[in-house]
Amino acid sequence: MKIPRNRSEQAQTAAQGRILIPFTAQGLSQRALDAALRLARAERATVVPAFLVRVPRTLPLDSPLPAACSVGMPLQEVIEQQAGAAGVAVDARVSRGRTYRDALGRLLAQEPFERVVIAATGEPGNGLAEHDLAWLLSEVPAEVLILRPALG
Amino acid sequence: MPVASDLDERSSAERPRGRLRVVLGMAPGVGKTVRMLAEGHAEARAGRDVVIGLLETHGREETAAAAAGLEMLGRRTVSYRGTELTEMDLPAVLARAPELCLIDELAHTNAPGVEHAKRYEDVEDVLAAGIDVLSTLNVQHLDSLNDQVAELSGVRVRETIPDAVLAGADEVVVVDLTPEELLERLRAGKVYPQARIESALNNFFRIENLTALREVALRQVAEEVGQRRMAAAGAGSRAELLDTAASQAVGERLLVLVQPEPSTQRVVRRAWRSAQRLGAELDLLWVRPPGALDVEHERSLSALMQLASMLGAHFIVEESDTLVETIAAVARRRRCTYIFMGRPRPARGLARLRVALPLRLMDLLPGVDVRIVADRGRREERGER
Repeated sequence: MKIPRNRSEQAQTAAQGRILIPFTAQGLSQRALDAALRLARAERATVVPAFLVRVPRTLPLDSPLPAACSVGMPLQEVIEQQAGAAGVAVDARVSRGRTYRDALGRLLAQEPFERVVIAATGEPGNGLAEHDLAWLLSEVPAEVLILRPALG
Repeated sequence: MPVASDLDERSSAERPRGRLRVVLGMAPGVGKTVRMLAEGHAEARAGRDVVIGLLETHGREETAAAAAGLEMLGRRTVSYRGTELTEMDLPAVLARAPELCLIDELAHTNAPGVEHAKRYEDVEDVLAAGIDVLSTLNVQHLDSLNDQVAELSGVRVRETIPDAVLAGADEVVVVDLTPEELLERLRAGKVYPQARIESALNNFFRIENLTALREVALRQVAEEVGQRRMAAAGAGSRAELLDTAASQAVGERLLVLVQPEPSTQRVVRRAWRSAQRLGAELDLLWVRPPGALDVEHERSLSALMQLASMLGAHFIVEESDTLVETIAAVARRRRCTYIFMGRPRPARGLARLRVALPLRLMDLLPGVDVRIVADRGRREERGER
């Protein structure tokens, strides 16, 4: 039997589940990321940070989106850094839709996830709204972990 | 001895092409037209013959006041489908033949029935007649930025002009205003009439839009300056400046070697950032070995293709079992100047005796830079954060 030589390899080789952590150009909740990384370490799961992008209706859905990417790609880098430091495997995704929910729905239709970790923002218009979270809870065949908005 | 008319004809024929100066702005209302008029006044005070060929005040009193004191040519009326439209009177501008002509809104589309479909084509005639032109342009009207601006603002501009028009301008100056200042002007009714302010604030004139557009405008001018500097370093004549030297000097193309694995995405992101800085095209190449993929690799491949599409990169798949030769052939075919790759896996067995992939590529592709993107996981393991 091959014994993993380090934390990163351990995570890579033994990854069982996949934990989705969606985020938008408005940013990523550090609390949600911390929670996802803790869970992933405990379960030897892979974290899947998914950058959700809204495509204006004036553009085709498969349009290149360099402006959005200039925000999202550095965030993906940060997530990978933190996951690397925690010894958690990462498998990033990007998904486009007419709304954030649409983008998330398209991703969930393509791949199964065991868990979804998401932070409620408490700010209308900033990321996934309350009704999106309700949709997530009712429609997605995965365990959904919604974190309360940060106090203050 | 030539007669006067001969002299006039000769001086007209020998009059060098006029110079084009463009005042570029991030959005309506930043003050491009006022800046154009102020420069016109300054030129007139300096003794030049200055005429306004076309002015769009959009009902702004500040703009109309700034035009006072400058000669303005009348517009001509064009009848189109029962509607009377007014356009710049190009024949009148050419007949008046001032030293400097101010022509607002370079990206404007003319009404059918006049000499040209677009105003920048009218401007070309004016320049060809040896008349200097001072014009205005919003950054979202540039062809290459139209998609980007539509993405940022949700508003697609229909009147666009080829980037070559701006690249061919002798001078580009940007009128800069902070988004906060522009919004203040908008709320004060200096940009649109009162009835349109609320709608403008809720749509195009949102602070995040304006911030992004401002960045685009400033970057556009910075890139223009950079290209001109590079072109000027290697070329003598004006014709060579932007057509050949610059395009060769800055014509970078990056090729990223990818595998359907999660770690590849980091290499792609790194390469994309470099491509953004260089203004380069980005190609992703996967040399697919013969055989089927398992579910995990299929997923990774799909994610990689999504990423490529969102970044605006070209995804190339070549089925082959000769990795190095295939990469070299694609790099040559696509005229790539850089190759990005992840850290190759340590060779095992007899493969250890072979020359490493980066070195083989460097041998096969002289003049192409090969860059190996560090493996983040390995750095974290060594504690070199």
